[in-house]
Amino acid sequence: MQIGYYPGCSLESSAKEFDLSIRAIFQEMDISLKEITDWNCCGASPAHYLNEELAKALPYRNLVKAEEAGLDRVLSPCPACYSQLKHIHEEVSKEGRLAERLRTIVGKKYESSVASKHLLDFLRDDVGLDRLKTSAKTPLNGLKVASYYGCLTRLPGVHLDDLENPVSMDEIVKAIGGESLDWSHKTECCGASLSVSRTEIALRLVNSVLEAAKERGADCIAVVCPLCQSNLDTRQGDIHKKYGTTYGIPILYLSQLIGLAQKLDYSQLGLNRLVISPRNLLIEKRIIEK
Amino acid sequence: MSYLNSQDIHQFRNRILSVSGEDASKCVQCGKCTAGCPISPEMDVQPNQVLRLIQVNDPGALLRCSTIWICASCQTCSVRCPEEIDIAKIMDSLRKLALEAKVPVGDRKVVKFDEIFLDSVRKRGRVHELELVMKYNLALLQPFKDAHLGPVMLARGKLGIWGHKIKEVGKIKEIFQKSKRLFKP
Repeated sequence: MQIGYYPGCSLESSAKEFDLSIRAIFQEMDISLKEITDWNCCGASPAHYLNEELAKALPYRNLVKAEEAGLDRVLSPCPACYSQLKHIHEEVSKEGRLAERLRTIVGKKYESSVASKHLLDFLRDDVGLDRLKTSAKTPLNGLKVASYYGCLTRLPGVHLDDLENPVSMDEIVKAIGGESLDWSHKTECCGASLSVSRTEIALRLVNSVLEAAKERGADCIAVVCPLCQSNLDTRQGDIHKKYGTTYGIPILYLSQLIGLAQKLDYSQLGLNRLVISPRNLLIEKRIIEK
Repeated sequence: MSYLNSQDIHQFRNRILSVSGEDASKCVQCGKCTAGCPISPEMDVQPNQVLRLIQVNDPGALLRCSTIWICASCQTCSVRCPEEIDIAKIMDSLRKLALEAKVPVGDRKVVKFDEIFLDSVRKRGRVHELELVMKYNLALLQPFKDAHLGPVMLARGKLGIWGHKIKEVGKIKEIFQKSKRLFKP
C-alpha cells in the first residue's frame, strides 16, 4: 500500500516524534509514505483573516503538487493541515469563481483528484482495525488511555467522526490492547492557538483537560495533533506551578502507542523526546523493559 | 440605540452576510454558544452578545472588542447553534472587517503573532517555529518569556535551529503578491 504524505511544519521540529513514529509504524505494516515534493505551509489559522485568498492558495499549491506526483490519497497528520487541504479540495471541486481565482494565483489547475486522510480515518478505513490488531505483538497490557481529540472533529472540511463524542481513536486504542476511558474532556479546546500570545488562557484550558483525565484515572493521554501534544506536555510544569497541581501525565501520540504495541524501539518512536517522560509508566505496566 | 431608527438598520448584518455567508439575524439569543465557549471567561463581549450587536447594527463596539481576537476558532459554538449559524466564521469575518476598518485592534498580541507567522511563511515557504517565537517575544519586548522552556525543548530535539526553506520560495512570494485580503465571490 502507498499513500502520499504531507507532514506539515510542526512535524519538522516541535512534533518530530509524531513524524518519526508514523514512519516507523507504517514501515512495520508495509505501507510506504510518499512525501509531497517541496510542500509549503498550509497557512494555518493566521492566514484566514489576514489574507483570505492566501489562506486558500497555500493549501491549493500542495494539492496541485500531490496531483502532479500522481498521488490519489494524502495523509496529513496535523489536524490544521488536514482541515485546510480537505476544505479547499471541497471548495474547488464546486468549480466556481474560487477555483478560477486560485488557478490564476497559483498558475496551475487542480483537477480535484486527491483524497485527504487524517491518521484516524486512514487507520480505521484504509488500514483497518484487524490489521492493526495483528501488527500488535505486545498488546498494551490494559494501559488506561484517555483519548483526546480537541477541536479536530469540528474543523471545516473534517467529517470523520461524531462531533462531540468521537470514538475512532478509542477504537484504535482498544484494538492494540489499551483500556480506552470514557471521559468528559475528549473534545474540549486546549487553547493551543493562544499558547504563545495569551499563555494564561491556554494554561487554564490545559489544566482543566489534565484535571479531568487525572480524575478518571488515566495513565496517559493519547493525541493526534502536534499543537495539543505540545500544549499539554510542554506547559505541564507551568501548570503545576500556577495551580499547585502534580499531574505528571505523559502525553503520547497515538502512533507512538501503536509503535509500542508493535514492539518498536523506544527512541525510534521518539518517546525520549516527550517532556513528561513515559518511561517509568511503561516499565511499570511491563510494556517496555528496564 | 439611535441606529435602530435609521434607514440602514441592517447595514452591518448585510456586510457580515456578504463576507461570511452567515446571517446573524437568525440568532434567537438562546445563549448556547456562550454557555459552551471555552474562552468566554476572558471575553469582554460574550458570543451571543456579538450576534446581538450585529442585529442592532453596532459595529463600533464589535470591531474594537478583544473577543474577536481571542476566539480560538474551536468551532464549539458553530456545531451547537440550534439556528445553524457558523458563529466561528462570523468571528473570523469580524477580524477581517476590523483590520479593514483600521480601528485600534482589541488584542494586539494575537495579531502580532499571526503577522510574524505569515512573514515566516512568505520568506521560507514554511514556518520556522523557533524563529517565530523569538521574533514575537522580541517584538513584544519580553525576550525572556517562555525562555525556561528553551533548554527543555532543545534537549528533547524539539527545536529546529535553522529551519527549512523550500526550493520554490519564489513561487510562494508570487502567491503572496497575487493574493487579495478579501475574496470576492
